[in-house]
Amino acid sequence: MSIISRGFGGRRRDPSPDLPPGQYQAHDFPVLSAGPTPRIPLDRWQFSILTETGEEHTWDWKQFTALPAEDVTVDIHCVTKWSKFGTGWKGVSLDTLFEDVETAGDYVMAHSVGGYTTNVPFEDLLDGKAWIAYEYDGEPLHPEHGGPARLLIPHLYFWKSAKWVDRLRMMHEDEPGFWENAGYHMYGDPWQEQRYHGD
Amino acid sequence: MATVRETREETGTARTLVLDIPEWAGHLPGQHIDIRLTAEDGYQAQRSYSIASAWSADSKTVEISVQRLEDGEVSPYLTEVVEPGDQIEVRGPIGGWFVWRAESTAPVTLIAGGSGIVPLMAMVRARGRQLFRLIYAVRTPADVLYADELRRRAREDFGLDVHFVYSREVPAGWPVPPQRIDIAVVNTHGWPPDFAPDCFVCGPNTFVEVVADMLVALGHDPAKVRTERFGGA
Ligand SMILES: Cc1cc2nc3c(=O)[nH]c(=O)nc-3n(C[C@H](O)[C@H](O)[C@H](O)COP(=O)(O)OP(=O)(O)OC[C@H]3O[C@@H](n4cnc5c(N)ncnc54)[C@H](O)[C@@H]3O)c2cc1C
Repeated sequence: MSIISRGFGGRRRDPSPDLPPGQYQAHDFPVLSAGPTPRIPLDRWQFSILTETGEEHTWDWKQFTALPAEDVTVDIHCVTKWSKFGTGWKGVSLDTLFEDVETAGDYVMAHSVGGYTTNVPFEDLLDGKAWIAYEYDGEPLHPEHGGPARLLIPHLYFWKSAKWVDRLRMMHEDEPGFWENAGYHMYGDPWQEQRYHGD
Repeated sequence: MATVRETREETGTARTLVLDIPEWAGHLPGQHIDIRLTAEDGYQAQRSYSIASAWSADSKTVEISVQRLEDGEVSPYLTEVVEPGDQIEVRGPIGGWFVWRAESTAPVTLIAGGSGIVPLMAMVRARGRQLFRLIYAVRTPADVLYADELRRRAREDFGLDVHFVYSREVPAGWPVPPQRIDIAVVNTHGWPPDFAPDCFVCGPNTFVEVVADMLVALGHDPAKVRTERFGGA
């Protein structure tokens, strides 16, 4: 039950049905990171998928950008309450990346340069639901926003879309990542308002 | 649920709210609360506000300080409309990364831009014997939150060093003209990387981005640089 806030009218009323509960529409592109922005030279960039059996699939920048890429336009929702509609990305679908990967893992830990991690159920990465994105708005993805490449999982709160991602590790059991250990929700569905542990 | 016990004007555009929260079980300096406002027709707005106060077991109050953004939705309400006795829906404490733990013995560098001082002030207020250096960037002297308290603490407490950087207007007799925070300021008034300080940077997004980059350029371990971005440009 909510109490009425005396004298509060609200100025940002946004009737859009595309706005999840508790979110407001941002027109700029705010940044959420736990620390400084790493700068990763493309000739040292690498991305890999590590299966639960220890098998590793690795791509360097040239191999990665030679994979078939998709242009996607999606809404994104940050746990700090802003949402941004119609953001345009280019990236490789995880369906493409997992094509030749043998795995029985049900969960994935995404690892980033700098030590950031976040956990996602494997099924949330497949069937056109997630990408490794390397362009934003027609430009190379800026380091501040996770460049050279970041995970993009628009149907979950944006902290799940790990910036500077360099590895996906398959797991049998779900484990908390960085923000999840710091009190944020294990799954993070914006439509269920799963912001914090216990939501 | 919180009840506003008291309000205090910090500057012409910022105000501290002292909240009574009976079920409050404590917090760590650096954490924030989420505030949810509800209009008569059910419309709701939520925002995050850092906790400014240190916690002590005998107090059930939590202080936040809100900087008014003229065209904002929530901050004008909290700085102009709310009165003692009003009830506010809060949730928290939230955040387990941008926190300073009193058990830590490392020296601490705090760098605030504007209202980014708020969670850093909670750290200053909770400080024990650790050595703290605070760099506080503001536009003008009139924009300084907690001005008297910071001056008093810096004077009485030799373990706390406070350095102000003014970008638009300096106090009378200030030795340098208005300047933006730069790498020389961070190098001179923060702890050197050799001391392996814990660094906390808080403020508007661009400020945090720029300052965190400076710390890394100076040789600080990125893992020791914790940031909190308040939003805005
Ligand atoms: C973890 C966290 C802790 C925070 N702690 C504090 C705090 O202790 N004190 C405090 O005053 N604020 C704090 N903030 C910011 C606060 O949550 C609100 O964003 C801020 O009060 C503006 O809300 P509003 O409804 O008034 O403005 P809105 O209606 O949301 O926005 C008004 C306009 O201002 C822009 N804007 C949003 N935030 C900022 C900003 N910080 N600076 C400049 N422009 C901005 C928006 O893009 C928009 O154009 C914190 C934010 C986070 C994420």
